[in-house]
Amino acid sequence: MNRIAWLTLLVLVAMHHDFWFWNDSSLLGGWLPIGLAYHIALSIVAAGFWLFVVKTAWPAESQSPADEGSSK
Amino acid sequence: MTPLTIIGIYLAILLLLGAGSNRLFKGTSLDYLLASHSIGPFLLLMSLFGTTMTSFSLVGSTGKSYSAGIGVYGLMASSSALLHPLCFFIIGLKVWRLGKDHSYTTQIEFFKDRLESRRIGWLLFPVLVGMVVPYVLIGILGAGGTINAVTQGVFPETFADSKGGLPNWLGSLVICGVVLAYVFAGGMRGTAWANAFQTTVFMALGVMTFFVLVKGIGGKPGFLESLQAASSVVDPGRLSRNNGFMEHREYFAYLLVPFSIGMFPHIFQHWLTARDANAFKLPIVVHPIFVMIVWAPCVLIGTWASAETVGIPKSLPSAAILGFLVKNHSGEVLSGLLTAGILAAIMSSLDSQFLCLGTMFTRDVLGRRDNSAGASDAAKTVLLARGFVVFIVVLCYVLALLAGQVKGVSVFNLGIWCFSGFSALFPLIAAALYWRGLTKAGAYASVLTTAALWIFLLRESGWGNNQHYSFLGQHPIVSLVAAATIVLIAVSLVTRRPSDQTLTKFFSRC
Repeated sequence: MNRIAWLTLLVLVAMHHDFWFWNDSSLLGGWLPIGLAYHIALSIVAAGFWLFVVKTAWPAESQSPADEGSSK
Repeated sequence: MTPLTIIGIYLAILLLLGAGSNRLFKGTSLDYLLASHSIGPFLLLMSLFGTTMTSFSLVGSTGKSYSAGIGVYGLMASSSALLHPLCFFIIGLKVWRLGKDHSYTTQIEFFKDRLESRRIGWLLFPVLVGMVVPYVLIGILGAGGTINAVTQGVFPETFADSKGGLPNWLGSLVICGVVLAYVFAGGMRGTAWANAFQTTVFMALGVMTFFVLVKGIGGKPGFLESLQAASSVVDPGRLSRNNGFMEHREYFAYLLVPFSIGMFPHIFQHWLTARDANAFKLPIVVHPIFVMIVWAPCVLIGTWASAETVGIPKSLPSAAILGFLVKNHSGEVLSGLLTAGILAAIMSSLDSQFLCLGTMFTRDVLGRRDNSAGASDAAKTVLLARGFVVFIVVLCYVLALLAGQVKGVSVFNLGIWCFSGFSALFPLIAAALYWRGLTKAGAYASVLTTAALWIFLLRESGWGNNQHYSFLGQHPIVSLVAAATIVLIAVSLVTRRPSDQTLTKFFSRC
């Protein structure tokens, strides 16, 4: 993984500790607790982040020449 | 009787899948144990996810949310969504590459080579097995309890002692038998196929159950109205983390739990089945979404169930809350389908764990490595592997019967203890892959420290019964990971490194 990816991951891990919603029991749309909505959104962002990593920081050394030949 | 019929049909489909995968079996141990490195992106995604999600994720999460509220999602799910793919990326991918280059089938084979220690298995094997077995027992006990709950009243005379339902021992026996049958017949390929099918089933049925329970708990004609009604009667403390069940320090410590996946022996074996490196891309990207699909509905249902109006009996064990809700808010067909979904989640982990333990006995205890040997030797190894799978299933079943006598065991807490132990072993695999300075002595010291401290802390916590046990003011996982890491580094710095030849073998691609 490159530095940008590591840095982004650190930011996401820091955002996981959402002390700002800790005591907030308000409901989005009248039913979804805001603390839960936030973490659901964080999960979706995590998928986006890993898509970014796979697209931009895929390690070249993980693929041997033989594998590259067989996957074509 | 309808739920029992649905469960029966479901189990029959699994047996057919096992028989189908057996037709593709090539007769070699590589094929039986690793599906000849043929697993593509979709099957890898489904088998990794299915293996990770257990009764802990469905039954345990609902039960824990009932007492602790919505914070359970952040505690376990969103942290896993962030950090499980990290483990796939930085550990799984590298392990797969090394495994394919040097024909590894188990973690211990890898560590033996990396540490230049033939005896590391003697230490690592009992530690890994000791920490996996409680996790297996959770699954077997959960399966028996689930089948009993849904069949109560069906056999009032035959099984009067178990409220007219199939007794736990019988339900567990049937589930162990079915899993054994398809693992025995299809090996890793059968396990991967069954996992894909079961993961699809428990995700689809989980979502369907959520919709039915929303209507049942909310009790309004419209779906949105029911959602709002269900949330409106919950204690505000459960809708936030301001309820005395969750502290900032504990919440932060739980970030260490997802790293356990990096040292699970059954996950390690699944990584090695990948066809190529690209097969990892789909699991890395989609895993967070799948975690959300399974955990968010369970956490919401558990939180809603805490409202007095839902009528959960105070004496009901936390593991029975999901089953209670389904039984009271859905018909017999859905009840049967949901039970099949819960069993799917349980079995999709049990199969990998059974196969992995059987593989470890065959390769690490008996030392069978016949990748280049003749056909008769390969057949003997497959026979041994199958024999050990049978032995492991019988052993775990007997242990589960004994563990079933212990009252008050929480699925969630027992699971967390297993995860904590494996998280403490994570520094070992990370150092083995990324730090040339790791030495044999450092690895031994770290594993011994983990094992000794894990047993000590588990005993101090009343064998997991004290849910709020802390050590030095922290969740036990913090002490475990810190001690294992410090000892690993300190001892490695003052002892002899592996030879240059070994370091070149493992670090030449870096």
